[in-house]
Amino acid sequence: MTTATETNTAVRTMTLIQALTEAMDEELARDERIFITGEDVGPRGGVFRATMGLYEKYGPERIVDSPLGEISIAAVGIGAAVAGLRPICEMQFADFIHPAFNQIVSEAAKMYYRSNGHWPLPMVIRAPYGGGIGGGLYHSQSVEAFFAHVPGLKVVIPSTPYDAKGLLKSAIRDNNPVMFFEPKKGYRAIKGEVPDGDYTVPIGPARIAREGTDLSVYAYGMMAHYSTIAAQMVARNHDIDVEVVDIRTLLPLDKETLLKSFKKTGKALIVYEDNLTMGFGAEVAAILADEGFEYMDGPIKRLAGPDVPAVPYSHALQEAFMPNPEKIAAAIRDIIAY
Amino acid sequence: MDSPVTQAQYATQLSDDTLRDMYRAMLLSRRLDERCWALHRQGKIAFHVSAIGHEGLQVAAAFALNRGIDFTYPYYRDLAFCIALGLTPLDFMLSVFGKAGEPSSGGRQMPSHWSSREKHIVSQSSVVAVQVPQAAGTAFAINYKRKVGLLAADDTTQPRLAYASVGEGGTSQGEWHEAMNWAGIHKLPFICMVENNQYAISVPFDKQSAVPLVERAHGYGVIGVQVDGNDVFATYDAVRAAAERAYTGEGATLIEAITYRLVPHSSDDDDRSYRTREEVQEWKQKDPLLRFQAELLNQGVLTQARIDAFEEAIQASITEAQQQAEAAPDPDIASGLSGVYAEETI
Repeated sequence: MTTATETNTAVRTMTLIQALTEAMDEELARDERIFITGEDVGPRGGVFRATMGLYEKYGPERIVDSPLGEISIAAVGIGAAVAGLRPICEMQFADFIHPAFNQIVSEAAKMYYRSNGHWPLPMVIRAPYGGGIGGGLYHSQSVEAFFAHVPGLKVVIPSTPYDAKGLLKSAIRDNNPVMFFEPKKGYRAIKGEVPDGDYTVPIGPARIAREGTDLSVYAYGMMAHYSTIAAQMVARNHDIDVEVVDIRTLLPLDKETLLKSFKKTGKALIVYEDNLTMGFGAEVAAILADEGFEYMDGPIKRLAGPDVPAVPYSHALQEAFMPNPEKIAAAIRDIIAY
Repeated sequence: MDSPVTQAQYATQLSDDTLRDMYRAMLLSRRLDERCWALHRQGKIAFHVSAIGHEGLQVAAAFALNRGIDFTYPYYRDLAFCIALGLTPLDFMLSVFGKAGEPSSGGRQMPSHWSSREKHIVSQSSVVAVQVPQAAGTAFAINYKRKVGLLAADDTTQPRLAYASVGEGGTSQGEWHEAMNWAGIHKLPFICMVENNQYAISVPFDKQSAVPLVERAHGYGVIGVQVDGNDVFATYDAVRAAAERAYTGEGATLIEAITYRLVPHSSDDDDRSYRTREEVQEWKQKDPLLRFQAELLNQGVLTQARIDAFEEAIQASITEAQQQAEAAPDPDIASGLSGVYAEETI
């Protein structure tokens, strides 16, 4: 990442959520076809304050408090995109997206294909996801795998403020429905440098968050952040040199970067906070085993949430559910010791 | 119910030519539909879903809109509606045979899932009522464009309303209720046409709703109109009045058009298991095509000679379309494996 002293571009340190707000602010200023709708996005600025200040700046026509109904938040976005607008639809929590599943999976994802290219849908659905905030079963879910299964959608999950801003701008400018999942635990916990002015990060390519030679950790969202911390821990305490691959885009998936890293290290740990079984990491493991078999130097392992419905509320139970840097570091050591 | 429509306020102004065009569209839909039932029974096509009995309200509705300009979200029973918007017999035959050149979906969808960007017909799935909140979103976009200055309110070359149709069964879906709620809150330029044909496959209306659907309108803050869907003139007036309200910023309208499906739900259905032949026979007496024909004959707009000429020309065009479609190639295999994502970024 660039720093202020190395270039002439001004760089500010900000939180993940500030970067998201700034991306929306700049895009709203750039293109009048963009509007935001969702629950509490207006004067309240969102329950997480992602749209803070936008209502005051752009007014009730463009920052639209929706009625409390996720079906119509998604469907109105579809219909508005049909008419040539570029909606940003906010699901207050990813946990509440299920009523809209039909509109997203059965309608938005298939509209372009089923109409033989008549109706592209330039729309973004933003949703805070993941655990670690004491949110219990219904404010902590990781739902990305449901959507990453669906051709026609793009699924993006940033883990740094720089990526959050650049990827959200790309999502808004994309002509397809983009599911933009935001690791809410990291909204304020993750800080990073963001340059002034307009830039985008392309949807698709994964990012090497940390270079290393002994083992590849594949992760996204909060888990990419934790994996980088874990990599620093095992480097310092155990002299293990871990490469961290931040997947960033689950669909379309950058298999090339994933395999290139596996070729370099021969060992893989995949970290995600969804339930283990059929979580997105299962797909990563399958690709490494299928297309990277000759690089394999040890079992491909996954560290994920247990197969219980979702993250429990109790702090102790939540900690037991969630992967964290210590658990990731321990899993890395196990694979190295194999 | 407080209907704001004065009977025959608009329909009386229709020219004889327009009335004949409407009749011809209804007749074309009926004959094309009948041919498809025959093709299915001959084993030539896999599926057909029918509009027989619905032609009156559908053609009336289409003619009451700014045809081909206003956004429409028809549902799968809207053959006559789409014919009135310009769908040709060949277009439809290509879709029932699933051949290359099929205009709605490239042969990806079952027949009767209409789509045309050029005619502003928005693609639908098989899931009922999902198109209704999407249409509300399109109506929202029209309002939005007016408010931010992207669209002049009186620009008749651009869509000024969104029209969605749905069966009465579809009104039981959550999608429908959320759509009506948005339409009322934002006073959208939106029309929801409910084609109440009494049965959702086999389930009769009294197991679908405890109240006439039109009574729900008030609860959403939209105008509600119930109309005899087999009366072309009355339906035209209801839709035209709703369109005028949409164009002038007065908000959304729910129209409940009472009609009857004279045939089974689809080529895979057998309606003898859920309704009597006497009931069907009774509704056949109210056939909107025959009723409209009688009215136009009575008014001197049609003559038997002209009806016969229409019949002959329509049958010939359908036969020709069928032959062309049967001879058309299948879609290229590669076409089914691509086109999942729009590439360009606007």
